[in-house]
Amino acid sequence: MTGNGTGAGQTLAERILARAGGLEQVTPGQIIDGRVDLAMMHEQGAQTVQPFHDMGASRVWDPDRVVIAIDHWVPASTEGAAVLHRILRQFAKEQGLPHFYDVGNHGICHQILAEHGWVVPGDLAVGTDSHTNMLGAMGAVAAGIGPTEMAAVLALGKLWLKVPPTIHVRVRGSLRKGVYAKDLILRILGEIKTTGATYKAVEFSGPTIERMSMSERFTLCNMTTEMGAKCGMIAPDATTYTFLEKIAKHPMHPLAPDADAHYERVVDIDVDALGPMVACPYSPDNVRPLEEVLPKHVKVDQVFLGSCTNARIDDLREGARILKGHKVAAGVRFIVSPASTSIYKQALDEGLIETFTEAGGVFTNSSCSACFGGNMGILAPGEVCASSSNRNFPGRMGAKNAEIYLLSPAATVAAAIRGELADPREFL
Amino acid sequence: MRDLIEGRVWTLGDDVDTDQIISGKYLTVIDPNELKKHVFEIALPEFAANAQAGDIVIAGVNLGCGSSREHAPQALKAIGVGAVVADSFARIFFRNAINVGIPTIEAPGVRALFEAGDGARIEMGAGRVTNVRTGASVGFPPLPSHLLELLEAGGLVEKVKRELQAGRADTAR
Ligand code: SF4
Repeated sequence: MTGNGTGAGQTLAERILARAGGLEQVTPGQIIDGRVDLAMMHEQGAQTVQPFHDMGASRVWDPDRVVIAIDHWVPASTEGAAVLHRILRQFAKEQGLPHFYDVGNHGICHQILAEHGWVVPGDLAVGTDSHTNMLGAMGAVAAGIGPTEMAAVLALGKLWLKVPPTIHVRVRGSLRKGVYAKDLILRILGEIKTTGATYKAVEFSGPTIERMSMSERFTLCNMTTEMGAKCGMIAPDATTYTFLEKIAKHPMHPLAPDADAHYERVVDIDVDALGPMVACPYSPDNVRPLEEVLPKHVKVDQVFLGSCTNARIDDLREGARILKGHKVAAGVRFIVSPASTSIYKQALDEGLIETFTEAGGVFTNSSCSACFGGNMGILAPGEVCASSSNRNFPGRMGAKNAEIYLLSPAATVAAAIRGELADPREFL
Repeated sequence: MRDLIEGRVWTLGDDVDTDQIISGKYLTVIDPNELKKHVFEIALPEFAANAQAGDIVIAGVNLGCGSSREHAPQALKAIGVGAVVADSFARIFFRNAINVGIPTIEAPGVRALFEAGDGARIEMGAGRVTNVRTGASVGFPPLPSHLLELLEAGGLVEKVKRELQAGRADTAR
């Protein structure tokens, strides 16, 4: 059994960072110079170009390990965004960076990394976005960094990292019908809270995790960001290898935590009795069982099924399955945004787009869409949104006092049908 | 970097996330001098118009949680903020602030000692923040040497520049 928290062995994060630092062993608190296996930039990468030149750097350390994926404003919806895109295109051209996922071949940056096999077991991956944590589901250390720091990575291929202590989250039991990976991660967030994993790694394991698809694992690791974590991760197994079999872009270094790994904290969760969960305004850790909130009849103005947390094909399928035969409630704007162009095409092939639009929803191009309040689907003062995304801080989707409820994709669709928060199990 | 940093204090509460520091609608702005007009627009609306170089921001727990946007520390740097001190920081904000060259200090318990407008004195080497008005103070673990070096250099850009010039860069893979 892995990790009762008392041993002297290495956790998964420690194993990976030791490899990245060219060391046998590392201990939490130690500062290492880590070699980067993959560097990802989205629009914020435009802010990397100037510091890169200011540093006096001339060439990117390894163009084959750099991915640019624009996603926040695609196609550009403002002049400012258009300029960011142009800066990146020019930089890619000048530096000979071949892996640019531009308009037409685009998607949310983390989804692009995932579905093209850019991050593999054992990697140290960094991206200019806080939800880079999602890629830890590959059995990697994947962390968000700022653009100036990215400039240093592009110049040197390495960055300093403090080895984080690890929180071990062990999950057992079976998710019941109408309960999803999103409900589980909300449940865990309610316990660990938004600061509970600051500077730390979160490692998930247990029979429930072992049975999960990669998509579900991405959802879990994605929201370790909301706990403040440096990274969230799951040791690679057959599911990981099968997923990466044909798409891995570089060699894997499968690493596993030691059986006697030392964890700072162990959290045990049994999901047998878990029901749908909701994170109420204005914090992702303000989590309650959905059932407790339903009697308040929370009316919604907008519903968003999208974001890197939950807009993969399984999320859209489940949403469409619930929606089929129903209509979006009058007065509700229901926005569905697939996480990538390939998911868009799949949704098209499977007739899901038809289901969403027939019911009165709007199926958009793949992008971050309404998730961050800077592109589309922006909320007016006082409006309420049920969302499958990951953040509900004040002002996240527009007006400072607009309210965002974070839910599973199924529960967002239930809200779209009823016009207020509703239990998805009533539709299954 | 000076060992002694003194300045007028602005206070913030707990869990001020990057959306409240620089709202999503300014994310396509990359000119720090433009960004600084909007910094803390949601959390502390009077800050942008009135903050002066050398002022010190003191916050509660988890300052800068949320997205990885460097716009927030960039804007603070453009204002010339002398230091940012908090009970605790979110990880990426801390890294970004240090990387752009702002003395960034985690001193648990600091927020309770200050009111807006107080004077603060920060001793970097000794690891102490003092309220000049009340005399109350709190200690903090001095920054590790590699971070002090970074601040010394004026931020990551200068540091890497020196490294590249010195030809010590390990660019081989
Ligand atoms: S979907 Fe939302 S959380 Fe994910 S990268 Fe885009 S803006 Fe960030």
